[in-house]
Amino acid sequence: MAEIVIKNLRKEFGDFTAVQSSSFIIADGEFFMLLGPSGCGKTTTLRMIAGLELPTSGEIWLDGEEVSQLPASKRDIAFVFQMFALYPHMNVRKNISYPLVSQGMSASAVKAKVSEIADILGIQDILDRPVSGLSGGDRQRVALGRAIVRDPKAFMMDEPLGALDAEFRERMAEELRALHDRMGATTVYVTHDQLEAMQMGDKIVVMNHGVVEQFGKPQDIYDKPATMFVADFIGSPPMNFLRFEGAIAAGATQVQVGDQSIDVPGALEPADGKLVLGVRPEHVSFSDDGVYRGRVIATEYLGTTQIITLETSHGEVKARIASDTSMRIGEQVALQFDRSTLTVFDADSGRALRSELNDGEI
Amino acid sequence: MSTSVTDPSSSQKWIAGTLVIAYALITIAPLIWIFMTGFKTPPDSISYPPKVVFEPSLEGYVNLFTTRTRLSEAELQALPAPDNFADEIVRNRGMVIVGPSRFGERFLNSVIIGFGSTFLSIFLGTLAAYAFSRFKIPFTDDLMFFILSTRMMPPIAVAIPIFLMYRELGLSDTHLGMILLYTAVNISLAVWLLKGFIDEIPREYEEAALIDGYTRFQAFYKVVLPQAATGIASTAIFCLIFAWNEYAFAVLLTSGTAQTAPPFIPTIIGIGGLDWPAVAAGATVFLLPVMIFTIMLRKHLLRGITFGAVRK
Repeated sequence: MAEIVIKNLRKEFGDFTAVQSSSFIIADGEFFMLLGPSGCGKTTTLRMIAGLELPTSGEIWLDGEEVSQLPASKRDIAFVFQMFALYPHMNVRKNISYPLVSQGMSASAVKAKVSEIADILGIQDILDRPVSGLSGGDRQRVALGRAIVRDPKAFMMDEPLGALDAEFRERMAEELRALHDRMGATTVYVTHDQLEAMQMGDKIVVMNHGVVEQFGKPQDIYDKPATMFVADFIGSPPMNFLRFEGAIAAGATQVQVGDQSIDVPGALEPADGKLVLGVRPEHVSFSDDGVYRGRVIATEYLGTTQIITLETSHGEVKARIASDTSMRIGEQVALQFDRSTLTVFDADSGRALRSELNDGEI
Repeated sequence: MSTSVTDPSSSQKWIAGTLVIAYALITIAPLIWIFMTGFKTPPDSISYPPKVVFEPSLEGYVNLFTTRTRLSEAELQALPAPDNFADEIVRNRGMVIVGPSRFGERFLNSVIIGFGSTFLSIFLGTLAAYAFSRFKIPFTDDLMFFILSTRMMPPIAVAIPIFLMYRELGLSDTHLGMILLYTAVNISLAVWLLKGFIDEIPREYEEAALIDGYTRFQAFYKVVLPQAATGIASTAIFCLIFAWNEYAFAVLLTSGTAQTAPPFIPTIIGIGGLDWPAVAAGATVFLLPVMIFTIMLRKHLLRGITFGAVRK
């Protein structure tokens, strides 16, 4: 098991820069999520850690050793592919034992180890089956078995649940997390699904256009987004953005949005010009003494909560409220924002302004 | 029973089936005729109207594999009784067997040259196709086009330069010369077909092998090759059929040592004209290896030619 340190990692494919000097640290035993939309460089980053791509520049430290130019076979990292990549011409047992065979392990030791892994994953009964007839979940387990069988320094997983049915995904996510907790292995997991990242990860790196947008614990990333991209990408529905022109002084606890004053966490840096007030849907409430007004244009029932879409003078605002409150379309309502949770962004750079809530750290 | 709009109706199936059977009969008829002629006696083989029902004889096969000489009635009487069926057949024609014919050698030449060039084409073709498929090679498209362009004219169009070149190099009438020549002709087909097959094999399999601690070459032969078996088998059939059946270069470049069966078979001349049963017997024996090879690999062939038609 190992700590992984990424320093100024960069990857160019011809003219295209897939990853621009990323740096982050993956602690030993952490379940680490690389999150971002497709094409953001998360998979390229993962492949560079595994040794399937060589970086253009930068360093990768694995367990105290700089490995960025080592071939994959020398890094002792396991990789679970999105489409599993089980060797189709081998049965389950051979697939799982294949990494051990390359190490020259004796046949009896291989057999014992494969049997142990099959017990952990609950796939004893399919060991001698060909991989072609297996269900998605079983393929996933075999792929995991092949990864964990040789006790590698770290696991790389490239959207391993992406190829599974929705109902199965939930279960495999739990199994994966349980397996990780049991083995305590450093795991780097690529996903574009923010829910999956929040649900499973100890830490998350959010990437966009090859740049690390934010790096932190799921809750910090949710509550204190460092950029508008993160605020928009994480959360469903995403954070509401109220765009306004104005100024905010250091120490100010209010912003002037249109003709309304809205209380915000105390600002730590001044700014003026085009600004954006970010508010999560669950931090919008309806109150008669609310200062901000809107008209209900849509409601979405989600069981315990409902999403109300409002039209306001600064664009659409979505609110998440308990579903027992009845709202009619066309109704005029007064809104209140939960002061302590608001973030103000600089509209041009997309960066969060530092405040008592959000230190703006990436 | 469920019906789908894309499934053919039963009448369409009938029509299609009838057409396929008719086509099969038309193409197989000459083969059956050759097969039957091989078992006819020379008079039966040229009788008019042609005989469909006849008494089978092994005379054609005996004549194919032996050389014979004619003896006078008295000389024949003086010989001891024939000790096997071949002697008996030959004596009935007033001849005796004096030795084996050259067909065996020619057939062996065909086997060496056909399978040798097929192996070499597949070996080089697979390596080249893998390289083109997986590595960033400068001017890949131009190189692939160049390789294809070697087949844009009939190979025989360059027969004279090759003839002169081979004479200078001492490759004329050698096994090596013919293997190289057929390989050169087949390699473009092999590279193009195999590149298609290898392109279809997801890179993840090799990457998985790299991760599992194997070198790139191990990943190639332990993971890619078994996946490409289908493509290799069908490409091998095409290469073998070409090399096996090639006639023009064989006539031009071989005579004594490296002559293959195709130029030899038509020259089997019997007493008093072409010995059609022997020619037909030669053609039948000549067909067998390709037929057996194709039947052995036919599962691969069927999968092979439809491979990649639908993106999985």
